[in-house]
Amino acid sequence: MSETQPLVQIDNLTKQFKNQIVLDHLNISIPKGKFVALAGPDGAGKTTLIRLIAGLLLPTEGKITVAEFDTVKNPQAIHQKIGYMPQRFGLYEDLTVMQNLTLYADLQNVVGTDREETFKKLLAMMNLAPFVNRLAGDLSGGMKQKLGLACTLLHKPTLLLLDEPSVGVDPISRRELWGFMGELIGEGITVIWSTAYLNEAEKGDMVILLNEGKMLYAGPPLELTKRVEGKVFLVKDIEGSRRTKLAELLNRENIEDGTIQGSELRLVTRDGIPEEGWIPTTPRFEDAFIDILGGGPGGRSALAEKTPAKTEEKSIIIEAKGLTKKFGSFTAADNITFSVQSGEVFGLLGPNGAGKSTTFKMLCGLLRPTEGTAFVHSLSLDKAPGKARAEIGYMAQRFSLYGGLSVQQNLDFFSGVYNLTGAKKKQAVDEMIQIFDFTPFLDVSAQNLPLGFKQRLALACAVMHRPPVLFLDEPTSGVDPITRREFWNHINGLVEKGCTIMVTTHFMDEAEYCDRIGLVYQSKLIHIGTPDELKELAKTEKNPFPTLEDAFITLIERYDGHEKD
Amino acid sequence: MRRIKALIIKEFHQIIRDPSSILISLILPALLLFIYGFGISLDYKHLKIGLVLEDTSPDVQSFAKSLSDSPYFSVAIGRERHQFDLPLIEGAISGIVVIPSYFSSYRQRPDLIAPIQVIADGSDPNAANFVQNYVQSAFQNWLVQESISSDWRSLPLINLQPRFWFNEQLESRNFLIPGSIALIMTLIGTLLTSLVVAREWEKGTMESLMATPVKIHELVLGKLISYFLLGMLSFVFSTLIALLFYHIPLRGSWLLLTFTTMIYLITALSIGLLISTAAKNQFVAAQTALITAFLPAFMLSGFIFEISSMPFPIRLLPLIVPAKYYVSSLQTIFLAGNVWSLILTNIFIMVCIGALLFLITARKTVKRLD
Repeated sequence: MSETQPLVQIDNLTKQFKNQIVLDHLNISIPKGKFVALAGPDGAGKTTLIRLIAGLLLPTEGKITVAEFDTVKNPQAIHQKIGYMPQRFGLYEDLTVMQNLTLYADLQNVVGTDREETFKKLLAMMNLAPFVNRLAGDLSGGMKQKLGLACTLLHKPTLLLLDEPSVGVDPISRRELWGFMGELIGEGITVIWSTAYLNEAEKGDMVILLNEGKMLYAGPPLELTKRVEGKVFLVKDIEGSRRTKLAELLNRENIEDGTIQGSELRLVTRDGIPEEGWIPTTPRFEDAFIDILGGGPGGRSALAEKTPAKTEEKSIIIEAKGLTKKFGSFTAADNITFSVQSGEVFGLLGPNGAGKSTTFKMLCGLLRPTEGTAFVHSLSLDKAPGKARAEIGYMAQRFSLYGGLSVQQNLDFFSGVYNLTGAKKKQAVDEMIQIFDFTPFLDVSAQNLPLGFKQRLALACAVMHRPPVLFLDEPTSGVDPITRREFWNHINGLVEKGCTIMVTTHFMDEAEYCDRIGLVYQSKLIHIGTPDELKELAKTEKNPFPTLEDAFITLIERYDGHEKD
Repeated sequence: MRRIKALIIKEFHQIIRDPSSILISLILPALLLFIYGFGISLDYKHLKIGLVLEDTSPDVQSFAKSLSDSPYFSVAIGRERHQFDLPLIEGAISGIVVIPSYFSSYRQRPDLIAPIQVIADGSDPNAANFVQNYVQSAFQNWLVQESISSDWRSLPLINLQPRFWFNEQLESRNFLIPGSIALIMTLIGTLLTSLVVAREWEKGTMESLMATPVKIHELVLGKLISYFLLGMLSFVFSTLIALLFYHIPLRGSWLLLTFTTMIYLITALSIGLLISTAAKNQFVAAQTALITAFLPAFMLSGFIFEISSMPFPIRLLPLIVPAKYYVSSLQTIFLAGNVWSLILTNIFIMVCIGALLFLITARKTVKRLD
């Protein structure tokens, strides 16, 4: 194979499952030795494309060659050359680290002294040597990911395919992983890495951007961000509510996109003409993505407009007092205390398994604390769970809708759950249908809805009874940026009407929308503050303008350091 | 070869760590054998009946005594029929035997027919039949004894002396336990196998395996050999319990028994692997395995329900159920011995079904996700 030949050549590739076109006429050339990010929201077709490249699926039309081998005619030859890590890492959780490695080494014909050397090298590289006898299922997300990666690297593949390796992995491990990628590229390995995080995609040598099965872009990321160069600005020192300001700006013709970043706003303009006080800033990949799609959804929220404003005075709405939850000998949440004011967005931020969800579930009465009490509207969830819960709207992770029920049936069901009956019920349901444009989908099963509509339906079901407090568990993970903006428009609007929002997330962009953030790590609440305060804490000489992610990593590392001392 | 070995080693590491595999392969057999050995019995012993004595002559007393002494009945004696009506309706007793006031007059009849009324609970037809037949033969028996002891009249012309071959005491345990070994083999071969493959799909490990240079037949053989070994282990375990604990006779050779089991196990495994080519989550796999393999092995194999007494079209169904041939072979080897003509035919048919299933599985299994 000559050096100029692409390693992966995709010609006119279409993949169809039943009636659904998942990939639509793709043409891509991937050169050797590059770090390729395959980016796009959930449902864009990333996993399907990776499986097609790995020869695990048959194309409906078109063809793919990997190192000049056709994926249909010669998958066996391709399997000799690739390393593939599927989502959730493909490890045997009931085998130990060593047993997993041995199995994959045997399957990939890595034997003898070669095997011993490879094991030694990989275990050292991944810092797994002390854990060889531990069950893979007992490893943390980050360590599982490293083990999964080690299993794919045993036979020194030419092409490494990683399907969403950073899902369920904390930012620290994620950074470590990027470090490894650098080394691998240095050894001449080509890496294709799929991700739903656009800020992650920016780090690739080449980005393939997918949306709804279509390729929006393939090339170096910088070239794409050039589209919006000079058009991106930060708005600082906002008078009054930054949420109202954002909504107002987003409704302007010349503003394409806008997000909240702590106390600041980040705007993408169509014309690049700033107002007074707007500071130019470097564009990001996500800005360009929204630009390609023709701009964000504006700033209106029909939901907020229909929500009556609450006139109560500011008061403490949610209170956690010394919340502790033990599962056997394991403490999942340790003495967590904080309070949330009415009209505030409070976020719990932390790596997977840190105790966010446990704390969250105690606050909305789904788990009984071992010690401590949770209050909503001064109602104890222990003593008056029914009453307290009636004040809460809850949107669970992955939306928890009834997939087999239609949109109408889901709405009817949830209105019943929240005790709405008769004319009140009908009014509430009709209003939701109107607000979220469900009319064309009323008879569609929830499981067949496009992801964006699932998200809307889940929100509709959670707010139908007009709760003053809304609990959102990882509300927008995996959805496309436009849907995410639409969602936050609604949330921002509700907050302006006096609703209180409690949200868990591991998504930095989402955390930026919060008024205050509680950083949860190793079952403890290690910091509380506004996003800006947390960034301030992480300021160093080397990094004078840390992002929230930098802050997150710094604060956790600092905490680990203290623990060791 | 090394890859197959690696897969088998992996499978056994998993079996040892996974409580559900141990449960299905060792605990469940012990439990099934216990239930069929002690709990369930198709024999009628101590069947509860009510005996109404309207007559109290010595003849009647003697006949009543012979009924109460029998191990097959447990008799409650009363004077009035009505006092047994309620127990019969409630199902507390299975029948009422009424000896009317004019019973003793049977001696005057030329044919010695006694006017005994038997009322049986028809909602349990087996028990009802049994009550009827047994009371009849008990009376005949009693007559014979009476005639010997009193030398009162000549013996009846026909004296039935039944002998039950192969299962002398008519112990239902003797054919239920060999039958339940067939159930156990079906559970391991089909249910457990399709479950573990479905689990690999669910956890995404199958996807990982498929992207390695492993060949598809190696994957299939890895599963097949592992669960074959586990099934044989379970077979040895169950057979030992059957022979040593329940004292089921083994009249045929253990070699033939083992060989037949191997053939059936491979057939059951082929069904399991065929299911797992289509069922990619554990729920569907379990449902399919239960419906296509376990229930037929239970109901259509002749294990409990006699095939020859099934109505016509249903009687044909067992012909395609491999468990039928295995159950029949097992019962024969355990109770009758090496009946070559029967067992060779059974083995031949099982091999045919197994080979067909294996062929379909081999064609259906591809190293791809769709």
